[in-house]
Amino acid sequence: MFRNQYDNDISTWSPQGRLHQIEYALEAVKQGSASVGLRSKTHVVLLALKRSSGELASHQQKLFRIDNHMGIAIAGLVSDARVLSNFMRTECMKSKMMYDRPMPGSRLVSMIGDKAQANTQNYGRRPYGVGLLVGSYDEDTGAHLYECLPNANCLEYVAVSIGAKSQSAKTYLEKFAKDFDETDADGLIMHGLHALRETLQQDKELNMDNCSIGVVGKDKDWELIEGDRLKAYLDQLESGAATTETGAGEAMDTE
Amino acid sequence: MDHFPTNWGNPRSEDVDNYNTYPVASHIGTVPHSVRQIAGFGHTNGHPTSHTQQPVVTGTSVLGIKFKGGVMMAADNLASYGSLARFRDVERLHQVADFTVLGASGDMSDFQYVKHLLDSQMIKEYNADDGHTLATPNIYEYLWRVMYNRRSKMNPLWNTFVLGGFHKGEGFLGAIDLKGTPYQSASIATGFGSHLAQPILRKEIELRGGEENITQEQAVEILKKCMKVLWYRDARSMNKFQLASITEAGVTISAPMSVETEWAFAEKIRGYGA
Repeated sequence: MFRNQYDNDISTWSPQGRLHQIEYALEAVKQGSASVGLRSKTHVVLLALKRSSGELASHQQKLFRIDNHMGIAIAGLVSDARVLSNFMRTECMKSKMMYDRPMPGSRLVSMIGDKAQANTQNYGRRPYGVGLLVGSYDEDTGAHLYECLPNANCLEYVAVSIGAKSQSAKTYLEKFAKDFDETDADGLIMHGLHALRETLQQDKELNMDNCSIGVVGKDKDWELIEGDRLKAYLDQLESGAATTETGAGEAMDTE
Repeated sequence: MDHFPTNWGNPRSEDVDNYNTYPVASHIGTVPHSVRQIAGFGHTNGHPTSHTQQPVVTGTSVLGIKFKGGVMMAADNLASYGSLARFRDVERLHQVADFTVLGASGDMSDFQYVKHLLDSQMIKEYNADDGHTLATPNIYEYLWRVMYNRRSKMNPLWNTFVLGGFHKGEGFLGAIDLKGTPYQSASIATGFGSHLAQPILRKEIELRGGEENITQEQAVEILKKCMKVLWYRDARSMNKFQLASITEAGVTISAPMSVETEWAFAEKIRGYGA
């Protein structure tokens, strides 16, 4: 039943120096549908592929607003993500209440890191089963994109992807990442959609139902892109893909 | 010795407090635990819970005025014990951050406590070392929350604070009182100064057509004039005071200074002179 004798609880090392339960938690993130994040100097864009359990069911929410200057995209256990987003929202409100200051993204991310770490060191607990992409725009330090994982690693990125087939999205992002700093929000969204499309299963397409986009940036509060605007981006993605192999090049030309 | 003749020759009673010291030390242990558990009964030291009813060692007025390019503040160096000029070298202007100064009137021990609170906050912020700092408006909000929380516990910090700063190219001048009332203005004066100095400050600003038409040098002169009036008429003031300026360049708190005064007229006034 067990793969080996060292994976029963969180706080027992294997002789190879690994904590198996933590690695299993990382697998839970990989089971979730993909989320993609990328940033320029002024904007952060988060995108996610939403799943539904059937044709009669709604799609699971993947993007959450934390505050006007911050949003998250998730992959993994949505219930864990809701607990964490609730925590993040509360901390942001506290910061506003106490200091009249939007919560600095880096501080909130390290607080999540502390919470996640406690879950990896105490007997009888379990790590979170969710990975977060945190996009925040701080007035003092600009746009930031962070990744938070169940193993309590919190890292900052220019562009990153988590969830099922996220490696395909990463490969795409790595190809164009050097241009992201100076790309505008529209350009980021198109790059993001191309990256997200890489994570799709064969014979599946991005559509209005299974795709979420969130943007935050300079003089731009967190906003979900839905309805007609989402359709416009998807149409552009489709037409770009029909004409050239690297459709993202077109979005870049508009800079 | 027992001063009550009726007690002479009788054994001492633990139940009578001859020296009127409350509480009777021996009573602490005799109060039943169930009574001590009652909310508001007090502490195990035998004293009832007490909240600040009045300030004890006090500082008088703090003045503040905006000028073109910053803020200027003034406060004298006296901490009074009632009407006694008890401590004559107290600094009531405290630099909180690179661009923020806190001035305090009212209870000086509460001021020391608030200094400690704010300094702790600034150290916490410094230790985070992530490029974020608390600017003057952030410190003002925090101070407001502290003051309002304490008044809501019916145990206020007995001060009126003036916070001066420089943020995003503009001067910041705000006051918060013991009830947690925040108030921002081009000129601020606390305590007796709100009666004696504030009218002068407002008039000077109005005459010049707004604080943008006041230079730093003029601001110094205006504040010195106000401090002189306060020294003449406020019996809890002292002719030894400091000025603080907060500009783009940062904070400067001056050494103690005084103003020239004229008392010859007192000779001819009955009750004033010799």
